[in-house]
Amino acid sequence: MIDLHGYGPRLAEGALITVELALLSLLLAIVLGLVTASAKMSRSRVAHGIGTLYTTIIRGVPDLVLMMLLFFGGQMGVNLITDALYDRFGIDIFININEFVAGVVTIGLIFGAYMGETFRGAFLAVDSGQIEAGRAYGMGPWLVFRRIRFPQMMRHALPGLSNNWMVLLKTTALVSVIGLSDMVRVASEASKATREPFTFMIIVAAIYLLIASVSEWTFARLQKRYSIGYGEVD
Amino acid sequence: MDALLERLEGLLADNSIFTLQTLSYYGEGLVTTVQLVFLSLVIGLVAAVPLAIGRGARRPWIKWPIFAYTYVFRGTPLLVQLYLIYYGVVFVEGIQESWLWVILEEPFVPALIAFTLNTAAYTTEIFHGAIKATPRGEIEAARAYGMSRALMLRRIVLPSAFRRALPAYGNEVIFMLHASAIASVVTIMDLTGAARFVYARFYAPFDAFLFVAAIYLCLTFAILYLFRWLEKRLLAHLKPAGG
Repeated sequence: MIDLHGYGPRLAEGALITVELALLSLLLAIVLGLVTASAKMSRSRVAHGIGTLYTTIIRGVPDLVLMMLLFFGGQMGVNLITDALYDRFGIDIFININEFVAGVVTIGLIFGAYMGETFRGAFLAVDSGQIEAGRAYGMGPWLVFRRIRFPQMMRHALPGLSNNWMVLLKTTALVSVIGLSDMVRVASEASKATREPFTFMIIVAAIYLLIASVSEWTFARLQKRYSIGYGEVD
Repeated sequence: MDALLERLEGLLADNSIFTLQTLSYYGEGLVTTVQLVFLSLVIGLVAAVPLAIGRGARRPWIKWPIFAYTYVFRGTPLLVQLYLIYYGVVFVEGIQESWLWVILEEPFVPALIAFTLNTAAYTTEIFHGAIKATPRGEIEAARAYGMSRALMLRRIVLPSAFRRALPAYGNEVIFMLHASAIASVVTIMDLTGAARFVYARFYAPFDAFLFVAAIYLCLTFAILYLFRWLEKRLLAHLKPAGG
């Protein structure tokens, strides 16, 4: 049996943090992606400009740099605000930016840009006749979105979504650098303490591969579900 | 040159963070980043060509090991691969007494190995996909000319696959540039390493990281335009006629 030198439970906790972080970031990224896609498709030039600026900058800068900017800079920004509150109004509060929240916000913000591109392409692929038909039934814009555009868009978006999720999952490893105890950080500490890097790093690699394989299976099932009515004849 | 430096010094006179000293850190960081990314991309590219051909082979003992390699390296974070090789090198017993230590002592070499293995795995899959997408007619034409398999590969399949792989490979280059930021985690003074140093020294996160973000943005655009230009030149024959 592999000797984990008592790091087993912490490694398991770290794995749980990785999964939670990845899922919450995905949720934020999907919401941001939908907003960005709408902004980029809107007739308003301001919204279009902001959407384009956001996706261009995020996709041109390394994840780690953005993460450090938000984590270190975010704390300083919050401190400036709380200091100003104290000077002006005598309100004394201290907000400490939590590594987990910083991780979720940064990863969500980064992948929101990628999701935005995925969703935009997918929305454009929905036949406009479908939307007109919805309107003809007297549906409001929200109902058209919920019943017609979203379900049909998902069929086109799923391959890109699945791709983004796989990259996102691997990006979560970076939070170990800003101090969050995800499984990579635990494994890194354990490697240094026990001088057995191969044991711990290979376990972590295997957990990532396991999560990736489970995700692949889940996305294949989702794809099947959203392709009902379009399926290949077999 | 001296006049230029003097003018730069004048420009920076009122700036306490971006002195010539800190700018030189960023300059050295830029050189390290470019070296690391360029070397790993070139070695990875050279390795990926035979691997991609082998990946599509019929013999299972050639095909499956290559598939396992790309699956593992594409399915796990680069940071884990970097730690594995970096710590692995440092902690392997006896390595510090051997001649290998001379080249492995610098963290640059383990990082280069990790980056190369990673980009070779992605590039192998990109080329494999491009080779698989070779139009049937091209292969039939080559056979009709009586070409051997090797000649067909060299004259027909690979040149056509390289062109088809170009857009995806451009993305991989940008991905590697961004991924190289994690080199700073193993104490390499690349661009991000320089930014972390400046941040720690002056406690100025916005100045340190926004400046480096701008440099990365410029590099990304440079790569983007280079590949667009290449695509325009090499894929001109695929454009719709009259367009």
